[in-house]
Amino acid sequence: MDKILNRAEGKLLADKIAKEADVKLHECYQCGKCSAGCPMANSFDLMPRQIVHYMHLGDMDEVLRSKTIWLCASCHTCVERCPHDIDIPTLIEKSRMEAQKRGICAVRDVRLFNDIFTETIRYTGKSQEVILEGAYNVTSGHLMQDMVNVPLMLKKGIVRPEFNTVQDKQSIKKIMNKAEEGGAAL
Amino acid sequence: MMRYSYFPGCSMDSTAVTYKASFEYIARRIGLIMEEIPDWNCCGSTAAHTKNEKMALALPARNIALSEEHNPGLPIVTPCAACYSRLAYSTYAARNSEETRKEIEDIIEMNFKAEPDILNFLDLFGDEEVLAACKERLVRSLKGLKVACYYGCLMSRPRHITGEEDPENPMKMDKIIEMTGAEAVEWDFKTECCGASHQVDAPKAARPLIEKIFRNARANGADAIVTACPLCNMNLDMREEEINKQLSHKYNIPVFQFTELIAIAMGADASECGIHQHFFPAFDLINQVIVKNAKEKAAMEKQEAKKDPLADGPVVIGRAGR
Repeated sequence: MDKILNRAEGKLLADKIAKEADVKLHECYQCGKCSAGCPMANSFDLMPRQIVHYMHLGDMDEVLRSKTIWLCASCHTCVERCPHDIDIPTLIEKSRMEAQKRGICAVRDVRLFNDIFTETIRYTGKSQEVILEGAYNVTSGHLMQDMVNVPLMLKKGIVRPEFNTVQDKQSIKKIMNKAEEGGAAL
Repeated sequence: MMRYSYFPGCSMDSTAVTYKASFEYIARRIGLIMEEIPDWNCCGSTAAHTKNEKMALALPARNIALSEEHNPGLPIVTPCAACYSRLAYSTYAARNSEETRKEIEDIIEMNFKAEPDILNFLDLFGDEEVLAACKERLVRSLKGLKVACYYGCLMSRPRHITGEEDPENPMKMDKIIEMTGAEAVEWDFKTECCGASHQVDAPKAARPLIEKIFRNARANGADAIVTACPLCNMNLDMREEEINKQLSHKYNIPVFQFTELIAIAMGADASECGIHQHFFPAFDLINQVIVKNAKEKAAMEKQEAKKDPLADGPVVIGRAGR
């Protein structure tokens, strides 16, 4: 596969992300505590410590193409246990945003779910669990996922068919559009 | 005065029926005044911060700004760990950078001072006045029930957002739950991640996280898991049966919201606190505990009455379990 970024470009991007995340990549001495404690590590293609290492080397191409940046659950266990307080979740989050900008996505379903979630907020102002799950199932092709629970949920009154929305819908749409116009980084 | 600005969050109006019912029951009993923020919106939850940082800060900021306008001087309380985390992030960002605060103000087109403190339900019930008011209203004990208090990620981490002193072993819920007479067991998965939204978009990767939480709770002798978040609760309660289907051994560990247990100890019946609305059956376990404790209490009172030479009236039977 062609590289999106060569080593020099990768190094520039990695340094930019690290600076924004207030991380000094060279401080990581690869002790691996982050990776030992990571609850999602079983499904990662790059361990958290490898994310830091690859960024340090400037190999951002590997990072942007990884599944890891999509499967991280943002639980913050890694940074809590890191002897150097290296903020890996923020490195990952910013890398994910860079990947999105470049149209790279190694785990399609995660991106899809987040897209649908964001759009339901944009148009109704609140999270709609029923629409969210339904729209996700239809667009992802996992049609029956979690549907076994629906009859029970309706029976017990756990979900209702109507939506909750904010009254001032325009303001939510405006806030979200304005935030996006300004670019992803703050 | 127990008065707070209230941000219920989206789940409180949909899937968190038992959390809502039990909390409202307690609030009525102890006279807690919750001023709901008018026309609040979704905090952005797990999605906004994966897509755009400004959006992730601005969505909760609108709610905080509304609270400053309509409920001035009151701290904001929210029942959901994700809402709590997002509101606290916005507050932290604005308090630590004037530039960021102004930028958020520009986006939401409202005054935003980031003044109110952000509290979760464990902060609320850990408050001395609220805790004392709850204790006064307790009418029955859950003695004999062993629970594993599950805090999840977002009420503990990251430390600079939550202010939690010990993110590996928080004790707030353990202390609250002990007033009901139930025993909070020591266990190791208090703050392990339940997988959050990956239970929907990456279920193969995320299901084992839930299974491990049940496994560790059982290994440490817990009869039940107790949560303080609608999402953690649903992830565990809704998926236990499904996990059991794939295992040779079965977990039999109901999952409660901590407010349900307090409501039950205050005398709430099933419909008042929602324990009949769980996915995984929870009623029988609580019923056994209550009936057993009521019988013991009655027997003890009978014995006391026999011992007392002055007691010649009828034997007083203690309050029986419902």
